[in-house]
Amino acid sequence: MEKKEENQREEVLVFGTWANSISGRVEIALKLKGIPYEYVEEDLSNKSELLLRYNPVHKKVPVLVHKGKPIAESLVILEYIDENWPNSPKLLPQDPYQRAKVRFWANYYDQKIIPGIYTIGQSQGKERDEAIEEWSELVRVLEEGIEKDFPGKLALFEGDNISFLGIVVSSYACCYPAFHEAGSVFLSWEKNPLFWSWVNALRDYPLIKEKLPPHHRLVESLKAYQSRFS
Amino acid sequence: MAEESKVTLYGYWPSPFAKMVEIALKLKGVPYEYVEEDLTNKSQMLLSLNPVHKKVPVLVHNGKPIAESLVILEYIDETWKNGPQLLPMDPYKRAQVRFWASFVQQQLQDSMIKVAMTEGEAREKLVEEAYEKMRLLDEGLKSFFPDGNPSIDTEHLGLLDVVFVSFFGNHKVHEEVLGFKVIDPEKTPLIHCWLKALLDLPLLKETLPPHDKMVAFIKFINESALKSSTA
Repeated sequence: MEKKEENQREEVLVFGTWANSISGRVEIALKLKGIPYEYVEEDLSNKSELLLRYNPVHKKVPVLVHKGKPIAESLVILEYIDENWPNSPKLLPQDPYQRAKVRFWANYYDQKIIPGIYTIGQSQGKERDEAIEEWSELVRVLEEGIEKDFPGKLALFEGDNISFLGIVVSSYACCYPAFHEAGSVFLSWEKNPLFWSWVNALRDYPLIKEKLPPHHRLVESLKAYQSRFS
Repeated sequence: MAEESKVTLYGYWPSPFAKMVEIALKLKGVPYEYVEEDLTNKSQMLLSLNPVHKKVPVLVHNGKPIAESLVILEYIDETWKNGPQLLPMDPYKRAQVRFWASFVQQQLQDSMIKVAMTEGEAREKLVEEAYEKMRLLDEGLKSFFPDGNPSIDTEHLGLLDVVFVSFFGNHKVHEEVLGFKVIDPEKTPLIHCWLKALLDLPLLKETLPPHDKMVAFIKFINESALKSSTA
């Protein structure tokens, strides 16, 4: 009984959905740090009372609940995980300038790259071709920027472990095969060879590999989503 | 050593994003050089310092540029340990500050801009949405001011104070131009008290752009935007 109470005091809950690359970020970070947690699958078409209580502002996943206290927004959650469990491996570097660069590119990915993928999926024909072209340009900026800001190393990893930036960039991008099969061919080896190689390195990383949404299920889900826009 | 540790802020006087950084540097007592950018005619320097977004603010320290206002604020807090701690020590409280700072900067600001860009019936709905977001913030503030009484002094200002006052310190300007009570003491009593306490601080009051200058600027922006959308 005492042990169970102790566990509950430390209890970490993650609210997410099976297809959601963003809630995947939180799980990967927790696993990396060796923090036990309980995962709660949400149905976003029928949100639970608990989710609405824990995230009344955005009503979204992911939400991390620790000792009964909720935190929303994946980047805020990742920083919390790194600060609350400062054990190795660290998600963020120690140096303030390096940290600023990581945060800059994490924001860029979330504000430009992910919305771009949605734009591609929601458009068709000529519009889609233009969206794909624009997206590859946004990725080019990311490729060049990361190379310049983190010279001589692959910023998505820190030694053998995935880094903060790696966790962020793995969202959506690592699911490209499912998107492509569903007809949303957004990632091109010719246009973005560097990003392509990064994404495939991430896909090979064990924690990411295990966490990828089941391919066929994701393809079906994406096809259904896209049919709404045709 | 002096040259190396030089701090330069590239800003634009009406920009709340740049204002946040200015306030943070002043709070920390960091000497800095301010460079006013004309965003209708961006300097080569700005474009080379922030090639990705081509925006202000950009902070340059030790010859190295940092862009994105919230990223800059965290950098300032981590680099200069004197003056108030912009972020609290406790990880959960830090998460709450980051969450709300991002909410103010993205959600609230977005709502205000949408109201400014819209006319007629559609505007009514957007005003209601803006109030709804303000109410959410007001609710969220309860955990920061549990006794319902925000009393602030310069030594204890935090990141959320800095962000909020930068976007809403000139709320009377927005009220005059937009014609609705942005900060309503009945709808959002805690926000109202909080802002009042913040604007009582000379450092903040003096750093914010002067009322009339801001009114003229916002009117100009809104008129040009409405003109171009109805052209």
